[in-house]
Amino acid sequence: MRALAAQVRAELTMLVTNGESLFLTAGIPVLFLLFFSTVHVLPTGTRHPVDFLVPGILALAVMSSSLVALSIGTGFERGYGVLKRLGTTPLGRPRLLAAKIVTVVVVELVQAVVVVAVGYGLGWHPGGVGGGGGAVGIGAAVGAMVLGSLGFGGIALVLAGRLKALVNLAVSNSLFVVLLLVGGMLVPLSKLPGWLAGVARVLPASALADALHRALGTHLAVTAGDWAVLAAWAVAAPLGAALLFRWE
Amino acid sequence: MDDVRSSPPVRPGPAVRTGAAVVCDGLVVRYGDRVAVDGLSFSAQTGTVTALLGPNGAGKTSTIETLEGYRRPSAGTVSVLGLDPVADHAALVPRLGVMLQQGGVYPSLTPRQVLRLFAAYYDDPEEPEALLERVGIAQVAATPSRRLSGGERQRLSLALALVGKPSVVFLDEPTAGVDPEGRLAVRDVVRHLRDTGVCVLLTTHELTEAERLADRVVIIAKGRTLAEGTPADLTARVADGAVRFTAPTGIDTTSLSGTLGNGAVVREAEPGSYVVTPAEGTSVPTTVAALTGWLAEAGLAMGDLRTTRSLEEAYLAITGTGSSGDDDGAATRSDDGAGPGNRPRRRRAASQRGA
Repeated sequence: MRALAAQVRAELTMLVTNGESLFLTAGIPVLFLLFFSTVHVLPTGTRHPVDFLVPGILALAVMSSSLVALSIGTGFERGYGVLKRLGTTPLGRPRLLAAKIVTVVVVELVQAVVVVAVGYGLGWHPGGVGGGGGAVGIGAAVGAMVLGSLGFGGIALVLAGRLKALVNLAVSNSLFVVLLLVGGMLVPLSKLPGWLAGVARVLPASALADALHRALGTHLAVTAGDWAVLAAWAVAAPLGAALLFRWE
Repeated sequence: MDDVRSSPPVRPGPAVRTGAAVVCDGLVVRYGDRVAVDGLSFSAQTGTVTALLGPNGAGKTSTIETLEGYRRPSAGTVSVLGLDPVADHAALVPRLGVMLQQGGVYPSLTPRQVLRLFAAYYDDPEEPEALLERVGIAQVAATPSRRLSGGERQRLSLALALVGKPSVVFLDEPTAGVDPEGRLAVRDVVRHLRDTGVCVLLTTHELTEAERLADRVVIIAKGRTLAEGTPADLTARVADGAVRFTAPTGIDTTSLSGTLGNGAVVREAEPGSYVVTPAEGTSVPTTVAALTGWLAEAGLAMGDLRTTRSLEEAYLAITGTGSSGDDDGAATRSDDGAGPGNRPRRRRAASQRGA
């Protein structure tokens, strides 16, 4: 327990003291939320852009921490031989993995609080005009975020466990930008060309964004399709990581 | 020479030898078709510093990483504290201290942060602050590791190897890239480990490090043991009873050998570098006295004067990489001593290359 707590503290310290990861996980979501809810350039399809943006930015925040920050951080730890060195300490792989999961959860909680607070400050109404979010909606949102994090985290560890640190850095950042554009986080899928929307629909990014839009915005139930995509990635990606991850 | 070899080692052995902490028996490590370690056998005792000495690519790191449990032996067996490094990994790691050849430290954490983190992994760790002092990096304790010099980073890695109060410590090239001051600190730490009963196994390709640090040296090349013993044992293998000295070039060696007595041979192995084979029945001190007397008489300066061989000379002779000239006689002699298994194989290989 002491080892796990120390590891989580170290992982959080590294995230907070690393300028890039701080900008990625906190700066970009808040910046995008402020900018696009003030400058109405996105075809959000809602009367107030912020109503579309808050759930989308929440999805973006989840992706930034569970996919990009986790992947880049782990990739460099592998490249620097840190993971190898940890292999001959009593910490052990299960506790290292647990520490990384706890770290992602803590970061996401902080992100959610910040995004929601900024969203309210910008006049966000959960559930649209006259809506109230509701316990079912919040529960569905949390569930979707957990499944999304598992899927993203699995992808992150596949990348970090196979690619060279610098290649992984480039791939993870590119993936972030692509999923951000086609994941229904800033731009509704309905505004994308049909074929692209079709591809995007089976990615965890758009399933998470759509699930959050439904759970927090429209009062519509999250679709079975979204749950299926999220669940499939949440199982397949970590499994892939378990099979493909190389410690050295 | 057999007399020299069977005499007790000059270097004092460790006081306690409670048994082999590390055993490597017929170890083979293959990477695909490439054989990195080819039937290596040796053991390392508790309270002893053992050095694996060999050129780059000799299989040192593959051996030590097998002992650390990073890879399974392709053949042969290894045991550490009586345990299998892979199968008994969880039981073994709390008692191991590991210093990798490079890397292994979170670059954005400071030495203090990373030592505290590692300390939290162990039940009864060393005090991080004391450890920072001991390895001599207290003054950079708050500097992110990525900004440390190579030597400081090595010393941090060493500190991390010690934080769990290990019984066995594996150090892969512990002084590589470390400045002279740092080397002194590393040597102090290693000696202290030995004195507290820790088994230290280190690798090095630097002879002076092996000579200064190790109680026992295992010379390996191409994945095989070439020789094993204390530095004194190994240098005794190439002992030839000769006296070596340096003086101005072109001194009158005939006159000198006449002075040294019947049968004494003096030759100028390299310009200004002389080898004296004493006369039959003449002791080394007598020869040295006559030699210095002759030089004084002739008004000649003298540089080095040696009656022993260095580990470097032993190493070069044993690995068969020695230069010609001065070492010719010694090399031939030591091959007989280094064991019959080694030299013939090498000769065969050489003749195959020639054919």
